[in-house]
Amino acid sequence: MPEQVVTHQGSRETLSFYAVGVLFLIVVPLLNVLPAEDSWLHISDFRLNQFGKFLAFAILALGLDLIWGYCGVLSMGQGVFFGFGAYCMGMYLSLQIGKESVYGSDLPDFMVWTQVKELPLFWYPFKSFLGGFLGAILVPVLFATIFGFLAFRSRIKGVYFAIITQALAFAAWLVFNRNETRLGGTNGLTDFKQLLGFRLSDPSTQRGLYILTVLALAASYMLCRWIIASRAGNVLIAIRDSESRVTFSGYTPWMYKLFVFVVAAGLAGLSGMLYVPQVGIITPAQIGVLPSLEVVIWVAVGGRGTLIGAILGAVAVNYGRSVLTNYFPEAWPFILGGLFVIVVTMFPDGLVGMIRKLSERKKPHRPLIKAEGSTAA
Amino acid sequence: MSLARIPRELLVLVVFLLSALGLCLQSALAADKAGDTASTVVSSSNPIEQALLDVKSEDAVVRGKAVALLIEKGDASLIPKLDEIRAEADRAVRQAIKPVIDLLKNHANLTSEQPDTRRSAAADLVGTGRPEAITWLEEAAAKEQVWWVKYTMEESARLIQLRSEDQGVRLVAAKKLGDLKSQNGLSALKEFVEAGAQSGATNEQRALADAAQVSIGQIDSWYWWASAIETMFRGVSLSSILLIMSLGLAVVFGLMGVINMAHGELMMIGAYATFVTQQAFIGWFSPDVFDWYFPVALPIAFLSAALFGWVLEATVIRFLYGRLLETLLATWGVSLILMQAARVYFGDLTAVIAPQALRGGAQVMVGVYLPYNRIFIIILSIICVLGIYFLLFRSNLGIRVRSVTQNRNMSACLGIPTRKVDSYTFAFASGLAGIAGWALTMVGNVDPGLGQNYIVDAFMVVVTGGVGKLAGAIWASLGIGGLNKLIEPVSGAVYGKVFILVGVILFLQWRPQGLYAAKGRNADA
Repeated sequence: MPEQVVTHQGSRETLSFYAVGVLFLIVVPLLNVLPAEDSWLHISDFRLNQFGKFLAFAILALGLDLIWGYCGVLSMGQGVFFGFGAYCMGMYLSLQIGKESVYGSDLPDFMVWTQVKELPLFWYPFKSFLGGFLGAILVPVLFATIFGFLAFRSRIKGVYFAIITQALAFAAWLVFNRNETRLGGTNGLTDFKQLLGFRLSDPSTQRGLYILTVLALAASYMLCRWIIASRAGNVLIAIRDSESRVTFSGYTPWMYKLFVFVVAAGLAGLSGMLYVPQVGIITPAQIGVLPSLEVVIWVAVGGRGTLIGAILGAVAVNYGRSVLTNYFPEAWPFILGGLFVIVVTMFPDGLVGMIRKLSERKKPHRPLIKAEGSTAA
Repeated sequence: MSLARIPRELLVLVVFLLSALGLCLQSALAADKAGDTASTVVSSSNPIEQALLDVKSEDAVVRGKAVALLIEKGDASLIPKLDEIRAEADRAVRQAIKPVIDLLKNHANLTSEQPDTRRSAAADLVGTGRPEAITWLEEAAAKEQVWWVKYTMEESARLIQLRSEDQGVRLVAAKKLGDLKSQNGLSALKEFVEAGAQSGATNEQRALADAAQVSIGQIDSWYWWASAIETMFRGVSLSSILLIMSLGLAVVFGLMGVINMAHGELMMIGAYATFVTQQAFIGWFSPDVFDWYFPVALPIAFLSAALFGWVLEATVIRFLYGRLLETLLATWGVSLILMQAARVYFGDLTAVIAPQALRGGAQVMVGVYLPYNRIFIIILSIICVLGIYFLLFRSNLGIRVRSVTQNRNMSACLGIPTRKVDSYTFAFASGLAGIAGWALTMVGNVDPGLGQNYIVDAFMVVVTGGVGKLAGAIWASLGIGGLNKLIEPVSGAVYGKVFILVGVILFLQWRPQGLYAAKGRNADA
């Protein structure tokens, strides 16, 4: 099992965290604005927007890493929580289209096609930004609380939990595909025009969204680090390594699991909320079984049990995907499947594990694991 | 330009003139022919031939008489002649001849060798509504051996009688239809009820309405039961599909501690093996032996899936024993690769033609029709369960497999080759998936998503049933399949699935380890 980073690399990681943060927060947007269009330093609007999307995915991956990498609970339904967040924000954005829509109606276009005359009741809270924002976080959190309570309290764990969450993703995908759920059916929600009065087609809006995403990612990262470093974090890792011992020591593992599951769901919602205005569309295809599993592969490739690994994995896999689908569209499922097999069988610690192994080979005298209690201090 | 144009226009003109001339000639000849037939009308003495001539008459009364005579005395041998007349005649005559042909054809078909032909002939006779057909149907019904054909004949006779002028006949027919539980009679009976409910209804109409009302009640309650039985059958059929799938999963999961997410794709391999066998039969063998492709495909499907499973175990899974979640992820990767490979190689839509013996279905009682392919799958799943039971609990190989499951080190010490047992068990379970795929070609298309359609449900079965217990898999698949088909008509397929998921979660509240939980020190492993 990969040991946590925080224990012995605290200061170094803080430093690199700030370095990377400054790079993404300041340097990348500046490179988008300052250099001339044809300069090699220039980052195009398209690339910046794409990066924003990857970083939004990184938040989603952080959540999964928290629950899978640190607590050992594999959730194959993170796409559902991502979808809840994305749809909440998407509903707000759809209502902001207003008279600009194709049919010039106040209702979103798909409601005009499907002959819905009045706005359904559950759409009302999303007329305001606050409704969309709170909904994107609270709906996944609430749902995860109920689902997690039922699942963890009855000690559904390991593979059972994985399979149940996969079934959840499947069921959610089926339901979101229906027209009568009034969420746009297969076509989803799209054609957004503005967010809080800012035009989404405007590059400066997209730049702002990108900066927001970087900030949100940094905040999520700090939150996760704080959780891991806390006493609760120790219990989480203990649950991963031996749940029965934790139980015998007088803890109630399911409460910790529920807590971390809910945090992961909230992060997924946040990720979905940031994803929608940048990509401009949300459909059921993004929340099904396969998208939920792709999150797992990001974390596995990056290195589970290290927060940096989750971010790295999400960005690397998605970047690789966007490059490869350009050149060999049919090859992507092969590569994704191959990644699953190779990473799981040969590199269980992912990219971060590989890098660490290389650096440790250079400095052989480093102690591998410090005393376990030291994190609590 | 202009020089070239003139001859072309001339040519068109000549062609036009010639064709006009031809038309004139033709109609003149036709008139001649008509004169000929008119002259022979008088000379014919045989009544049927006379009628055949009269049928072409322009006088509706003469035509009507001829039609009645033809229906009463004629037989199927007249059909070619009538067809000839019909091809030449004008609209009114064609309309008069059409029912004659239909009646004669169906009358002849009532004594056909094929039960299906006899039955459809009886059903078609209702549409003609001719009273002559009643006696034919009753005669045929008296001689009929097959109950379902006989039923249709009687039903058709009563349906024609409903349109009779005679009140007594109609009353009896309405009552009889109720006794027969005739669904086809429902609409006619409802019309009677409506007619009887009107304010100006005569006493006769009211009496008829009462009788019809009683019959409708009889029919409705019968069909409630019939549809209940059919729902149950559909449930059992879905259950048996789930069972065949989850058997392989349960064996691998329970005995080896491996979650095989590629199980659905191993099924897909079995299905494609069947498809390829079929194509080979189409390409290389005569159509007479085509139906044999299906039994031939069984060992091919089993072996190809088993071989693939064996390779999968040797290259991927054996590195992952004891790490459940990792097996799940790695096999998911394999399933992605296999699915995409099938999509690239075979494309999206391919299907297998069912052999003759599995087409159609059996009418077991009025209103209950059971397709043969579904029955086949139910029987196959029973055979599979028995086969696995004997293999695991009544054979030497089974003892070894179970002992490795219980204590790997101890088994190795006692001389059991545990690696071999692992790889054979996995190959066998994969072969089972291949058989499942072979059977599934009978109920659906062969496409790359074949495995995905059922895999989530199959895993629900395994989770609900408890790890690796055969009995658990049987009961859980019956429960989930049955519930699915029970809820479906009420809520639609999608919400049915959601309900099942909620149901499974609630069930696990009560029994977290499934129906048949592992006990003892292995329980928490």
